[in-house]
Amino acid sequence: MSEEHYLELCDSPVQFENASSVNNVFFDEANKQVFAVRSGGATGVVVKGPDDKNSIAFRYECALKSLCFALIKQNRPVFSFQNGGQGGSEISQVCGEKNATVLGFCWTSWNEIVFITDQGVEFYQVLPDKRSLKLLKSHSINVNWYVYCPETSVILLSTTVQGNVLQPFAFKCGTMSKMSKFEIELPVVTKPAKIILSERDIAVATIYGQLYVMYLKHHSRTGNNPGAEVVLYHLQREGACKRSHILKLNTTGKFALNVVDNLVIVHHQSSQTSFMFDIKMKDTDSNLNIHQPVLPARSIHPYKIALTGPAAVGSQTPVPCELCILFLTFLLGSGYLWYLQVKLKPVVSLLQDKSKLMEFLLRRRDCKMVILSVCSQMLSRGDKGSLPVVAIVFDKLNQVYKEYLEAEQSYTMAVECGPSRGSTAHKRPVRTQAVIDQSDMYTHVLSLFTERKDVSHKFIIAVLMEYIRSLNQFQITVQHYLYELVIKTLVQHNLLYMLHQFLQYHVLSDSKPLACLLLSLESTYPPAHQLSLDMLKRLSTANDEIVEVLLSKQQVLGALRFIRSVGGHDNISARKFLDAARQTKDQMLFYTIFRFFEQRNQRLRGSPNFTPGEHCEEHVAYFKQAFGEQAFIKPVTL
Amino acid sequence: FSPRMATGMQEKQYTPSLLNFFIYNPKFGPREGEEEKKILFYHPSDVEKNEKIRNVGLCEAIVQFTRTFCPSKPAKSLHTQKNRQFFFEPEENFWIVMVLCMFILNYICAEFIDTVYGAVLQQCYSMYKLFNGTFARAMEAGGVELLTQKLEKFFYRYLQTLHLQSCDLLDVFGGISFFPLDKMTYLKIQSFVNRVEESLSLIKYTAFLYNDQLIWSGLEQDDMRILYKYLTTSLFPRHSEPELAGRDSPLRPEVAGNLLHYGRFLTGPSNLKDPEAKFRFPKIFVNTDDSYEELHLIVYKAMSAAVCFMISASEELGREFCEQLDGLVGPQLTLLASDICEQYNINRRVSGSEPQFKFIYFNHMNLAEKSTIHMRKTASVSLTSVHPDLMKILGDIHADFVRVDEDEEIIVKAMTDYWVVGKKSDQRELYVILNQKNANLIEVNEEVKRLCATQFNNIFFLD
Repeated sequence: MSEEHYLELCDSPVQFENASSVNNVFFDEANKQVFAVRSGGATGVVVKGPDDKNSIAFRYECALKSLCFALIKQNRPVFSFQNGGQGGSEISQVCGEKNATVLGFCWTSWNEIVFITDQGVEFYQVLPDKRSLKLLKSHSINVNWYVYCPETSVILLSTTVQGNVLQPFAFKCGTMSKMSKFEIELPVVTKPAKIILSERDIAVATIYGQLYVMYLKHHSRTGNNPGAEVVLYHLQREGACKRSHILKLNTTGKFALNVVDNLVIVHHQSSQTSFMFDIKMKDTDSNLNIHQPVLPARSIHPYKIALTGPAAVGSQTPVPCELCILFLTFLLGSGYLWYLQVKLKPVVSLLQDKSKLMEFLLRRRDCKMVILSVCSQMLSRGDKGSLPVVAIVFDKLNQVYKEYLEAEQSYTMAVECGPSRGSTAHKRPVRTQAVIDQSDMYTHVLSLFTERKDVSHKFIIAVLMEYIRSLNQFQITVQHYLYELVIKTLVQHNLLYMLHQFLQYHVLSDSKPLACLLLSLESTYPPAHQLSLDMLKRLSTANDEIVEVLLSKQQVLGALRFIRSVGGHDNISARKFLDAARQTKDQMLFYTIFRFFEQRNQRLRGSPNFTPGEHCEEHVAYFKQAFGEQAFIKPVTL
Repeated sequence: FSPRMATGMQEKQYTPSLLNFFIYNPKFGPREGEEEKKILFYHPSDVEKNEKIRNVGLCEAIVQFTRTFCPSKPAKSLHTQKNRQFFFEPEENFWIVMVLCMFILNYICAEFIDTVYGAVLQQCYSMYKLFNGTFARAMEAGGVELLTQKLEKFFYRYLQTLHLQSCDLLDVFGGISFFPLDKMTYLKIQSFVNRVEESLSLIKYTAFLYNDQLIWSGLEQDDMRILYKYLTTSLFPRHSEPELAGRDSPLRPEVAGNLLHYGRFLTGPSNLKDPEAKFRFPKIFVNTDDSYEELHLIVYKAMSAAVCFMISASEELGREFCEQLDGLVGPQLTLLASDICEQYNINRRVSGSEPQFKFIYFNHMNLAEKSTIHMRKTASVSLTSVHPDLMKILGDIHADFVRVDEDEEIIVKAMTDYWVVGKKSDQRELYVILNQKNANLIEVNEEVKRLCATQFNNIFFLD
């Protein structure tokens, strides 16, 4: 059953005391830390984050209603601000008009803070030394409520009577920029003079590097609407905010939203299940960006909390993930703070369409091993008609691989060219887990696959060729070990004519190791000799090897003619050729070769005689014995 | 003398014509009076019985007699003043003899003619074997009666298609012309073949051709060689008309009803929509030395791309299978064919125009042949662009190469301004015909070197 749950809670939740009359719990979205404030801080403040090994604890003398956490990281004192600006403990700041109500504040960087009142926003710089704030900018606007996205420092303000016109502001390095406002389309306009859009139904999140405003659109039960939906508005720095995606929930009730690994997770309270959406996954049947859940809704994998102490009686209580408070990315249960995680393995079995699955996996963070295991699995079954699927999967992998290689290449080129006109420093491309290269495929998938005895060799070869085709299609240089795998498989099944044809069309690219491998096949397949020589010739850096091959075949004259044709005959060892010529037991051949070197000596040194360094005495003696003294070239005397 | 031979003599000195063609096995009628039993096939059939027996007996005697001189290499041919006899023993004790009538006044080409017609004779057997299996298997299955039936049925038609007067060096090579293709398109074809073989798992072997040139063979080389010969000289020429016909021509196959693709069967059903369509495919025999497989031969073509699918003969192929194949292969092959065409045109533009050199290239290792001398090889005629005398010189050079194991090069000054150069390097042979006014030996040698450097720079070809 555990295969069913594709969502789980992280292993080590942040544990804290339950919120109660004496204990206040706050969550700092920017730093992802939980603050447990006992008795208004008088008895202690405990700060815990998911990555923190130890919690920070300190005491605070004054009663707190609200906390600002940004400086906790720097271990600086906490600033407190009280509503209406009444006597803060460290720094106090009065903001807005007299009758203005402070709705809240957000830290946009470690020393910048924004106050939101019902009449507008005020942007301050914090001067810790002076214990004061400096107003950077302000903007007057009627505000119902606000939502803040800490990752991008964007604040959304709800304006107008119905509350459905949203005004975003972006903050960056001391500047506040007003972005174009947009209207959320409400389902039904009932009573016009009432706030309809609630902040509970709006969330801001970064998905695939883009900022989106997510609107949970409830449908009235009376209508024949299929159910609620999440409407995504793409928020761009410049230009209008556009409605970009609709996520169909097909049900009604209470929902909560999370974004995990660029997936939108919608939790449905009454069914206690969660929907998962990937906005990059396109439904083939519609051009509009209407998305159905990637997978059927499932509950989050039950989390077992090990109870300690005698009360536990050795049992573990599964927490029915009934969620009290939901923050983006985090799930805050009673007394625990968890990360929500997506489990990829169950997705593999739930998502049958391999092409969709691969796309989905390639967009996930920890996908490499899962992808590789999907590949292995897909090949091992060898279902009928699976080859086109294999091809699609390979193409998808190689597309990502190619994009990375290109980015890497242009980075290297940019670095070599030195600092360019633009001042922007070149960023080395990040190699994500989705980059599955040839060695990954070889080690984890293909080398094991070719060893399998239960798969037909036809299929093995077809798969290898398909992978090579895909690499070629993306113009990726194929590594020689893949060729070796192909050759090994072909030789193993005695399919040498097939191999011959592949080489004939240069499907297996030339290389010295490959040429040597072919030479070794000559005894079982004679044409391999010719194929190997051709390959060495094309490499044009293997002239010595060609000479060796020819000499080993006793083609002494051929070797000599070849080395002469490439202009290397002045540097070759005379002894090597004479040795080879002697071995043929062909007197005329020996004579010819001997005469060639005599002439070379004459040309290079002015004398036909061999030097002692050439170690040809034995051959000179043989020549003399066979053809007589008078057959030697006479040294030219000037 | 028949009148036909007389006119032939006037026109050309050596237009050969088929006098006799017979197949015998000396073991079948060893006793006197039973000689007729030895004869399994005799062409022409209307020859008087005693003459048949006499001719067969003569051949038997010659073979026996010459065997005493060289037991390992039996006689291959016998030259008489008017005739040439060619002997071939393809299977133990089975002899095929071809007697040609030709007058050769000029004896230079003698050796070459033996090579050419020896090859033609062997090809006759190979072609028979492709469609009928070996003699021995027929004997096992149905004795002499079945064998003689098969021989009669096959050779009666086949001998009519022999065009003895246009045989030349290419018949000796029996090569395969490969279609030049870039790696990517080749891999696409591979992918196509693998996919079809995977989804139609009945298919045992596949061969892929484009423009009558081979691109991929799942069959072993020797089987492919003869199948290629059949396809290019017999099957394809018979079916080339519909493509050459205009779009609106009635000859054009039924594409209007099926706009998805241009695929059609060259063997088997000519029109799938025809309710009377027959789903019979020719059967071929391959790997006769070991596994001995009998296969259905399905040839399917879309535009210039032709694919042979071979399926075990024990499988029943009906309408359902053919429709499945048509639906699967038709659209893909149509797409692939236009891909290849496009790629081919790009490559041709890149590499420039056709070379002005006239040459024949053959590689014994992969049977690859290339000729810029032959314009078009069809069933009826082999058109060459050079004078027959030059072709004869090529043949003689080849005969020289056969005799020697080592690499060599021969340059011949022919009549007028023609030079003929033959080169042999390892397993490759190249023949070039040059026509240069007042060229000398050195210039010709340089010219050939240049040709090798441009046309054959990617293979190891010794200068």
